[in-house]
Amino acid sequence: MDIALQAARLVFDPYVLSVIFFSALFGLFVGAVPGLTATMATALLVPVTFFMPPVPAVAAIVTATAMAIFSGDIPGCLLRIPGTPASAAYTDEAYAMTLKGQAETALGAGLWFSAVGGLFGTLVMIFMAPSLAEVAIKFSSFEYFWLVVLGLASAVFIGASSVVKALISLLLGLLVACIGLENPAGHPRFTFGVTDLLSGVELIPMMVGMFAVSEILRYMVDTNPPARILKDKLGSVFTGMWTLTKKYRWSLLRGSALGTAVGIQPGAGADMAAWMSYAMSKRFSKEPEKFGTGHIEGIVESGAANNSALAGAWIPALVFGIPGDSITAIAIGVLYLKGLNPGPSIFINNAPSVYAIFMVFILANIIMLPLGWACIKAANKVLSVPRDLLMPTVLLFCIVGAYAVNNSLFSVGVVLFFGVVAFLLEENGFPVAPAILGVVLGTMLEENFITSMIKSDGSPAVFFTRPIAGGLAVATFVILLWPLGAWAVRRLRRRSADTAVAE
Amino acid sequence: MKLNDAVWGALLLALSAAVFFAIRNFPNIPGQSIGPGAFPALIATALAGCAVILVVRGVRELQRGGRWLVFGEWLRSRRHVTNFLLTCAAIVFYVLAVQRLGFLVTATVLLLALFFQLRVKPWLAVLVALAASFAIHLAFYKLLRVSLPWGVLPILY
Repeated sequence: MDIALQAARLVFDPYVLSVIFFSALFGLFVGAVPGLTATMATALLVPVTFFMPPVPAVAAIVTATAMAIFSGDIPGCLLRIPGTPASAAYTDEAYAMTLKGQAETALGAGLWFSAVGGLFGTLVMIFMAPSLAEVAIKFSSFEYFWLVVLGLASAVFIGASSVVKALISLLLGLLVACIGLENPAGHPRFTFGVTDLLSGVELIPMMVGMFAVSEILRYMVDTNPPARILKDKLGSVFTGMWTLTKKYRWSLLRGSALGTAVGIQPGAGADMAAWMSYAMSKRFSKEPEKFGTGHIEGIVESGAANNSALAGAWIPALVFGIPGDSITAIAIGVLYLKGLNPGPSIFINNAPSVYAIFMVFILANIIMLPLGWACIKAANKVLSVPRDLLMPTVLLFCIVGAYAVNNSLFSVGVVLFFGVVAFLLEENGFPVAPAILGVVLGTMLEENFITSMIKSDGSPAVFFTRPIAGGLAVATFVILLWPLGAWAVRRLRRRSADTAVAE
Repeated sequence: MKLNDAVWGALLLALSAAVFFAIRNFPNIPGQSIGPGAFPALIATALAGCAVILVVRGVRELQRGGRWLVFGEWLRSRRHVTNFLLTCAAIVFYVLAVQRLGFLVTATVLLLALFFQLRVKPWLAVLVALAASFAIHLAFYKLLRVSLPWGVLPILY
């Protein structure tokens, strides 16, 4: 209880509360403007959080992302343009409801079930993370090695449209992580004689480039300008939400549980959770024929799923230092900068800070209701902010933000480089999320790999003989071989079908 | 702008060869059979493997009548190409000019250039460029104490 009190003192401090309030407004705005994503909100916040103490810094990220994932629903519902990729799964459904004159209900459901899903994910995190940490504290370099490989493998194989391209993206990220002095031998690698690269590529400018500048470039070359808003007056948003909660309680539970589970998976985040649970909702629905015509059920389930995924992603991030999605990949960078090194020992050494993070999650999902309501009411104004004015200003903010971290113009160059590279990669079908996981996890992977190799005198057998390490190895190989197996099964089935036809 | 997978494969093969070239003289950790070159070598090997798959895929696509290079819609519109180049140029301009001209001047020029390119109304462009530059300067210089240079302007606050 003592720890909870200390944590509460950390959170319920006027400074921290005002940080939460303003990052909530920031998150709502960023989420509601199409083209600015929740990941981008995080990337833009990081340079600012750099100047804050640890708890408000993390609070800012947690709050802003929770808000952004909800408010992405607003333009999806009113304009049929998802504000963030996490809303894309049910944008058509919500827009169909708007056309039927039920925009209030669709937006209300988005808000209410986002908050409930977010709270569900938070509760799972609160109960699961500390007990997982107790197991994790016994892990050695072998287990960590496999854990990282497992994380990276699922990032590549789950939900990527092209496995080879996702894998390449990951490898490029790992290669970037190799740059600099920070390797087990302390030998400078790939620095091209540039002193700024000796300490490695800085994480913050790289993230700003990859997730913000690349997005701005995409806007600059967009040849289809967005449509104008459809509806100008919205009715009461919360009407009927309680009836919906009772009617769809199983959908809600299923969506939240699936969302949390997907969030825990490294590499798959809120957008994946929304797609999967929308599909699941349709599959288990009593009236699947109504899906796509403006039916609320799918919105309930996947709206809850994408917000619960946010909290789920923090579980492996806090316990193992392995991010569950690209947002926590950035957040882990912040945790390290703040001396809150993630890993099982954070629950012992920094328990009040961890519980403070839990409290911020609860708080963020509660204040989402009034603030989200206000945002829906102001939707007209938010959505009519001219993006021709917004995007150049965001670009200036990116430049200054990257510069601010180290007072170095080299960082601004890093922003440009990674912005253009990420833009080109995405244009050519290479997903960017695996790359960022590679960068964040590269050092950890190498360290555990080299330590394990030295401990075992170069014999790879030890990687498999310890029980937990062996189990993790098996899990990794299952994921790695899954696509191959699925392909073989499909081949066999087709062949047997062919012979059946021939007979 | 979509390059054929074979081109990407070739580029990545070159990259992985460059990695092997760069690590050829890395020393081992004293007394160990492993060194700082081991991990990059592992990555470069995997990268080369993936690159070969891409080359095979790309060549197959070319045989089926695919093209080496597919221009996206924006590359055919001169205005959008200029948008893209100007955005990159804006960042380069900032790096080159900020020390000499100072933050406020550089930022205002940068925003004005982009606003005019995006065809914002002139009075609005000037207003927002000035307001945004001042707001960002205040936030970072005053609140966060980042040393943004004043350049040609006297120190105002």
